[in-house]
Amino acid sequence: MDQAVGSAGSTPLVAMHAIVKTFGDLVANDCVDLDIREGETHALLGENGAGKSTLVKILYGLLQPTSGRILWRGAPVSLPDPKAARRLGIGMVFQHFSLFDAMTVAENIALALDDARAVNDVADRVVEVSRSYGLPLEPGREVWTLSVGERQRIEIVRCLMQNPRLLVLDEPTSVLTPQETGVLFETLGRIRAEGRSILYISHKLEEVRTLCERATILRHGKVIAACDPRTQTAAALARMMVGADVGAARKAAGALDGPVRLAVRGLSLPAPDDHGVALREVRLEVRAGEILGVAGVAGNGQGELFNALSGETPAPDAAAVVMDGVEVGRAGPNARRALGGAFVPEERLGHGTAPGMTLTDNAILTGHATHGLVRRGFIDRAAAQAFVDRIVAAFDVRKGARDPAARTLSGGNLQKFVVGREMLGDPGVLVVAQPTWGVDAGAAQIIRQALVDRALAGGAVVVISQDLDELFEIADRICVMFNGALSAPAPADGLSREAVGLLMGGHGESNARETQPCAS
Amino acid sequence: MTLLEAILLTVITASTPLVIAAIGELVVERAGVVNLGVEGMMIMGAACGFAAAIMTGSTFIGVLAGVGAGVAMSLIFALLALGLAANQIASGLALTIFGLGLSGLVGASFIGAKREAMPKLDVPVLTDLPFVGPVVFGQDPFVYISVLLVVSVWWFLTRTRAGLVLRACGENHTSAHALGYRVLRIRLFAVMFGGGCAGLAGAYLSLAYTPFWSPGMTAGRGWIALAIVVFASWLPWRLLMGAYLFGGITILQLHAQGMGVRIPSQLLSALPYLVTIVALVVISRRRSGWNAAPGALGKPFSRDY
Repeated sequence: MDQAVGSAGSTPLVAMHAIVKTFGDLVANDCVDLDIREGETHALLGENGAGKSTLVKILYGLLQPTSGRILWRGAPVSLPDPKAARRLGIGMVFQHFSLFDAMTVAENIALALDDARAVNDVADRVVEVSRSYGLPLEPGREVWTLSVGERQRIEIVRCLMQNPRLLVLDEPTSVLTPQETGVLFETLGRIRAEGRSILYISHKLEEVRTLCERATILRHGKVIAACDPRTQTAAALARMMVGADVGAARKAAGALDGPVRLAVRGLSLPAPDDHGVALREVRLEVRAGEILGVAGVAGNGQGELFNALSGETPAPDAAAVVMDGVEVGRAGPNARRALGGAFVPEERLGHGTAPGMTLTDNAILTGHATHGLVRRGFIDRAAAQAFVDRIVAAFDVRKGARDPAARTLSGGNLQKFVVGREMLGDPGVLVVAQPTWGVDAGAAQIIRQALVDRALAGGAVVVISQDLDELFEIADRICVMFNGALSAPAPADGLSREAVGLLMGGHGESNARETQPCAS
Repeated sequence: MTLLEAILLTVITASTPLVIAAIGELVVERAGVVNLGVEGMMIMGAACGFAAAIMTGSTFIGVLAGVGAGVAMSLIFALLALGLAANQIASGLALTIFGLGLSGLVGASFIGAKREAMPKLDVPVLTDLPFVGPVVFGQDPFVYISVLLVVSVWWFLTRTRAGLVLRACGENHTSAHALGYRVLRIRLFAVMFGGGCAGLAGAYLSLAYTPFWSPGMTAGRGWIALAIVVFASWLPWRLLMGAYLFGGITILQLHAQGMGVRIPSQLLSALPYLVTIVALVVISRRRSGWNAAPGALGKPFSRDY
């Protein structure tokens, strides 16, 4: 591990020296040093809340450091706003995209360009630049009609149009499918070949090991180590990041002969709106003690399947969804919860929790049906707080105040809270969508273990995920969602990733629709 | 002058204050702010405009005073809703109540005073054309200003970079901030523009439409302007249509009452509002997929998150 700051040979492209950033009592960055050389791909690793985002926001001029210096090619610079950073040649691809849904691609890109060009000129340049990097984009499309992968392309293309020297990517693959990730890596290869530097922020250690030449690891706002990730194992990197060993979740190994706890029988639903996917003859059975993994490229009906299982979208007839022998197809979420169902949606903020409400209020929102938080129509505050305290203790949710608003929690901690809220009642049927999306390694491990433990205790668990590693780690059987239809589940042992990948691309189905345009 | 000419003339004059006030609020809402104080700003524009015109004897100074009063009122709103990130609905309602009260005080000594209405435009030859002449070329300057405002706002929002940035702030202020735009400053300008327009609409009422001052003379037109913005789904040309539809029905029901149509006058008076509701339902049923409202509408922005 080389702890040396700066390189002996040449001046680094950018060097952040002794950066301190405090928010009230919280020290987000504690004397952090980071230097990025010309043309290198540098990884910034750390758990959620380790201070990565704060550091990157300082580099992009969105936050001002409490103290510390930034040197650009050896000369001190100040970055009062993002415009100053862009002028130097720093481009940023945000984790939560900074896009405007109701505007066109060209308008979105024009907004990030500092020279006042007409939107029409921008549109021509967009086509040109996006083609040359293998990121096809239609400038006239409105953002809300695009897939997540296409949205990310907008962010990347609008950075590239400013000809940056340093491209910062904040968790770029956390929202992408394997195929889209492949395209992104090709693009990053081209960007690197042009001699541009990349600062790559990710939780996915394997990606960092294949992509990056150097890594800086943050923990609790401090630099813990700087190393060459190619010479480290993923386990070693995870240990440095978390400060403890991270193991794989123990897989449920029992025989699958328990009673069927959740069954879906030939469920077909029309698309909920113009952008939705219709469910076509979906069939599945999950037995006690089993984890069923549902893989698939985003937008193939996973959201619609989740809503149909949770009861947000009622089925056309009651027999289509059966929980523990009870036909619940027409029942709403609360009725299904009362029967032992629990549901963790993909979106933590807005779907899983109401962002502006406190944790106890959010606990009451789903827990009132099952946890006795309401007595004779009145909310039992003490019981709700005790419920939240139990979630916090069981799932190691880290928060500032005792009962903060949901949106103030970091992604991983909020996800632990949502999973904990749903699992504390020992549900018989648990449906989770993207349980570890954008969650750091430590929190992801806790969540996966909890899912496995639930199955071991006799629950039936459905995990809808785009993360194949995750499904192969915890699922007993895996099926694939494509264009609203579900493939027949196959045992995870003995199933190859290639086979799953083919199903995800729609092969093995007669009327395969065109998949999203990929770069060639 | 035929009856149709007379009706069209009154429709245009009745619609003009709605167009002016609504186009101002449209810009405010496209920037992501809801200012429910239109009525209050409008009536202050009417009171101050009339008072200034009486004292100086100049209609032009009266108009300036009306616009100034609207802007001043909007600055109070901006201080609360933008500066202190207070609830926009409550701040706007307070502004309306405040404006209605304060305008009574400002205008108290001008009750009963009379001025000549602003002269209508008289273009030689053109105004004398049959029918088209008086309707199209014989209006007061406000009418042309109101149409010009709509066209300018449309051009500004869809064709200029500043308009794009303004829409971006209304769509997603967090993203706009992340790109380095001064969300609050942009919204301040939008709110001031909205205040100026409301003040101008008020001045039109007391200087051209009915050239005297009486307390509460805006009679809910500020609220109708707010409804028209929603009705128009935040699009300038549709706003022009909506305002004229509204003004038209208001005038038609007056004529209908005058001609002794056997429908209770209360029902006829309620007609414009009924039409708005029906139109809103039709528009929202036709629209699918996404909401036409600016994404960040009504959400306070502060730099801390």
